[in-house]
Amino acid sequence: MSRGGGWGGRAWMVGVYTFLYVPILCLIVFSFTAGEITTRLDGLSLRWYAALARDAELHAAVLLSLRVGALAATAAVVVGTAAAVILVRAGPYPGSRFFVGMMSAPMVMPEVVVGLSLVLLFTHPTLAALGGRGVTAIWVAHTTLCAAYVAVLVASRLREMDRALEEAALDLGCPPLKVFFVITVPVIAPALAAGWLLAFTLSMDDFVLAAMLSDPGSTTLPVLVFARLHHGLKPEINALATVIVVVVSVAVLLVNRLLLAPPRTAGRSAARAS
Amino acid sequence: MKVRPASAQGHGRFWVGLLPWAWMLLFFVLPFALIVSVSLSTPELAVPPYVSPFAGTAVDGASAFRPDPASYARLGGEVAALGTPGADRPYLAAYANSLLLAALTTLCCLVLGYPFAYQLARAPEAMRNTLLMLVMLPFWTSFLLRVYAWMGLLDSSETGLINQVLLGLGLVTEPLPLLYNTGAVLVGMIYSYLPFMVLPLYANLVKLDLHLLEAARDLGARPTTVFLCITLPLSWRGIVAGSLLVFIPAVGEFVIPDLLGGGSVMTIGRSIWDDFGPNQDWPMAAAVAVVMVVMLIAPIVLLHRHGGRAGSDE
Repeated sequence: MSRGGGWGGRAWMVGVYTFLYVPILCLIVFSFTAGEITTRLDGLSLRWYAALARDAELHAAVLLSLRVGALAATAAVVVGTAAAVILVRAGPYPGSRFFVGMMSAPMVMPEVVVGLSLVLLFTHPTLAALGGRGVTAIWVAHTTLCAAYVAVLVASRLREMDRALEEAALDLGCPPLKVFFVITVPVIAPALAAGWLLAFTLSMDDFVLAAMLSDPGSTTLPVLVFARLHHGLKPEINALATVIVVVVSVAVLLVNRLLLAPPRTAGRSAARAS
Repeated sequence: MKVRPASAQGHGRFWVGLLPWAWMLLFFVLPFALIVSVSLSTPELAVPPYVSPFAGTAVDGASAFRPDPASYARLGGEVAALGTPGADRPYLAAYANSLLLAALTTLCCLVLGYPFAYQLARAPEAMRNTLLMLVMLPFWTSFLLRVYAWMGLLDSSETGLINQVLLGLGLVTEPLPLLYNTGAVLVGMIYSYLPFMVLPLYANLVKLDLHLLEAARDLGARPTTVFLCITLPLSWRGIVAGSLLVFIPAVGEFVIPDLLGGGSVMTIGRSIWDDFGPNQDWPMAAAVAVVMVVMLIAPIVLLHRHGGRAGSDE
């Protein structure tokens, strides 16, 4: 059991990976059926991909999800980075402990509760200026949730950053705001990129918040998929799943290769954090 | 010469801090206060469908606070009726189901995930990143579609994938009713939450000092003793973090019980959803949510104190 593990250990690993991947492989295989049943191969065809390509309702939902995801991820990086700077750099001040709790709570609070609370905010009679339910409400919900994750990522990068760089610039008379954008941002850039991507994925994937906060004009992709799962299953959903799996796999590979290039830093930060 | 008065930096921090403070107070803390306020209001056919406890105006012109505890009274009534056999207790049943499902999910994820994370941490260093990425990859693809995959696998008709295999092998003569029951929900939850257990466990186990295990073995300790006396206590933080990261969201889960449980498995998440949606009883939904959050405060604080760091590493 010492190095690499014995037979039992290996078999266990293979078993867990099988458990994780068999359902996804099934989705992919049956997307190529020529029949109407989602769990039987009645001949091979690409007809469900053709159906996917013609599905205007779905295209609109994908576009909306991409838009909300990009806007929410961008806002979450701004709010989350500002929060991380305060979390790491500001010493204890009245309310600092409350701030730590408030920033991390959205990550653990059940989504139904966060969703319900924001519905109550956006439908509150005295807060009509917020515009009620709809795309803006979904954007706010996703930004709030994702800012918490961005704050964690950026804070851990800020903690391990060499502060001498900033001190030197400040001592040479560079104004603090310029120091932040010229020195700090390039150093924490990998964390900002990782945070943006994580936020984008979380937003694209969220169903509960989007469903509670949507109005008839704001159907995101998960909201549409959920509605369709309740109205009879079609292999078109399998085709959609296959496209998503391929896109995500390629994206994850690319990001791992290009963006988050030095994987050793991540390992070191994990080791140092505790 | 330092041209950096401390007060200027203090001012800068104030303005930087203003954005996250304002955002979170407005979009997280205030909405939460609204849940508490609405849970104490009266349902009504209106938009929004409740009368706020602050709506009444006192004689002297100042607004008065008139809470309506009816929603909590309903929950309390179900607790009071515990002794009565045959009484209908939908909310209490939903709480019990949710807690039981979350506990079982956590336990199964731990049993499945601990040996897996241990092996992952002992794998050759060159392979570790790839193996870890393979755990994360399903997590990045659509959550709804992964649950949908289980609808096809567990389908109770003869075209269900597992039923096709069982019938084909002659193990059963009739298709098994695998979907729309507690077992189906449990499988879906374990499948969806397993990465949340594996990652903190891995982050913890990968730092385990193997010399300690070797020393114990050299001194004659049996493998079980080594595990119970060294590995397990040293990985305790990872176990606590992983378990809480699974348990807390699992209690409020809505999608999995809804898609895989059919009409049979009522949970808190579904109960809030139904009162919020079809039943239009927002005060009740809010009261149920408040009670759930109160129940979850202890585990959330524990996660924050004990394992929050191990959990947030990845």
